[in-house]
Amino acid sequence: MSERTKIFLLLLPAMFIIVVLFFGGLLIGLMRSFNYMPVIGLTEPNFSAYVSVFTDREFYLSFLLTFHIAFTSTVISSILAIGAALLLRRSFVGRGIVNFLFQLNLTVPHLVGAIGILYLFSQSGSFARLAAEFELIARPSDFPALVFDPYAIGIILQYVWKEVPFIGVIVLANMQSLGEDYESVARSLGATKWQTFRHVLLPLIFPGVLSASVMVFAFTFGAYEIPAILGANFPAALPVLAYRKYTDVDLAARPEAMAMAMVIALLSAVMIYFYVRYSRRRIRG
Amino acid sequence: MSATRESFGIRSFRFLTGALLITWLVLPLVPLAIWSFAKGWFYPDLLPRNWSMRAWEYAMSDTAGVIDSLWLTIWISVVATVLSIIVGVPAGRALGMYKFRGKEIVELLILAPIIVPGIAVVLGIHSVFISLGLNNTVSGVILVHLIPTLPYMVLVMSGIFANYDPAFEAQARSLGASPLKTFWYVTLPAIRPGIIVGGLFAFLVSWSQYILTLLIGGGRVETLPLLLFNFATAGRNDITGAIGMIYILPGIIILLLTAKHLSGRSGAVGGFGQI
Repeated sequence: MSERTKIFLLLLPAMFIIVVLFFGGLLIGLMRSFNYMPVIGLTEPNFSAYVSVFTDREFYLSFLLTFHIAFTSTVISSILAIGAALLLRRSFVGRGIVNFLFQLNLTVPHLVGAIGILYLFSQSGSFARLAAEFELIARPSDFPALVFDPYAIGIILQYVWKEVPFIGVIVLANMQSLGEDYESVARSLGATKWQTFRHVLLPLIFPGVLSASVMVFAFTFGAYEIPAILGANFPAALPVLAYRKYTDVDLAARPEAMAMAMVIALLSAVMIYFYVRYSRRRIRG
Repeated sequence: MSATRESFGIRSFRFLTGALLITWLVLPLVPLAIWSFAKGWFYPDLLPRNWSMRAWEYAMSDTAGVIDSLWLTIWISVVATVLSIIVGVPAGRALGMYKFRGKEIVELLILAPIIVPGIAVVLGIHSVFISLGLNNTVSGVILVHLIPTLPYMVLVMSGIFANYDPAFEAQARSLGASPLKTFWYVTLPAIRPGIIVGGLFAFLVSWSQYILTLLIGGGRVETLPLLLFNFATAGRNDITGAIGMIYILPGIIILLLTAKHLSGRSGAVGGFGQI
């Protein structure tokens, strides 16, 4: 058997499943978003689903909210993760515990984190009770709305809780494999601590941070259950809106749901572009 | 003098931020744990006035369906993981050990399902599964779980095979071992640790799926996360707490088994973006 045949046969089952399920699902979604489905007699594709989605104010509000959630969560998580990795590089009392909790947190599903944040930050949650204990608020409604709120603060808090360990673990490993020689050289040449970080360490770890951030951005943009638990009813995050449209009693709304799914897919395609651009070297290495 | 003072300052700063980080990391799990032992926990009580095992007794009872749902979730995740291993190991071997034309495209096709969120593809899959009779079935749910677990397994295995030396296989073959025997006695023992770690993490990836199960299972295939979500939105905080504790247990067990593999250096961590 030639090497080419061998490689082909080794890859065939996996590629078959991925192409049929993933790309098949994507393609069917794309076709239905254009109202095109010859099997059920829809033979003339049109843009009506896209027209009604793109002329709907709720869609824009939802898109902006989702972008805000994904962008803010990713930026805050990345910055805190770099800080946490810098901290974990040095020995201090409790480092073992932080390390363990970072890993523990990686295994806890987002849904559990979302419910935990709900119980902590809702207007009758743990922090509201603490505020009442110290007589900062007279009744639950005096507590600032941090969940079901228009700024999606609860959702962002949940993502920060979950993604700081994710990015942090990757950045820490990155730092450890780089060692500290580059920084020592910079320091011995008279660079301040800040200059060493800004001009030596940060550029070195940046590709790693960026490829992890891209994964986080795509996830936070497309996740359903977290905004479904912690988000406001209107505007809802885009995945929640797409799910609602899809399960609407009015079947005519389904192509609109598919069109929204395509918007999410398109945005993830952009993320894949960035991921490949910044992580190719990392994967190869 | 000033040097020691500075280092003391820095050390206490590290200790304080470390303590803050520890508190923040544990915090969301605390109310869940407390709720599971609470018998009514009303505002503004900081702790429940009455404690009870009621939620746990309910969760463990035969009639509540939590145990059935636990077994169903385990079954779905185990089958999805085993299928991912069977299909993912050969593909990982091809990607890890060979250079070939079109390899970058294959890598891209495998990366895409890891980054594209489930909701973007599952709506299309659902409309096809209806005509195939796969919607509302456990088999249908297992199939869609392969979308996140299989690419993940392929990536982990390609990392394992990149550091694998095929010379031993050639030796076994030259000594007269059949391809099957060579695989069983030479290849498998060498890659077994990778399969175990990758498999455990693939299990967790399947374990944490929500929207794929909800849509394809149509609410009839009620895995643990669906049950958890329903109790949480119904305001049954005590039972939510108990199910939540049961739900995070496999992750903790797997963590204890594999802690040393969980550094960001192993490609295995990439999959945790999906959990």
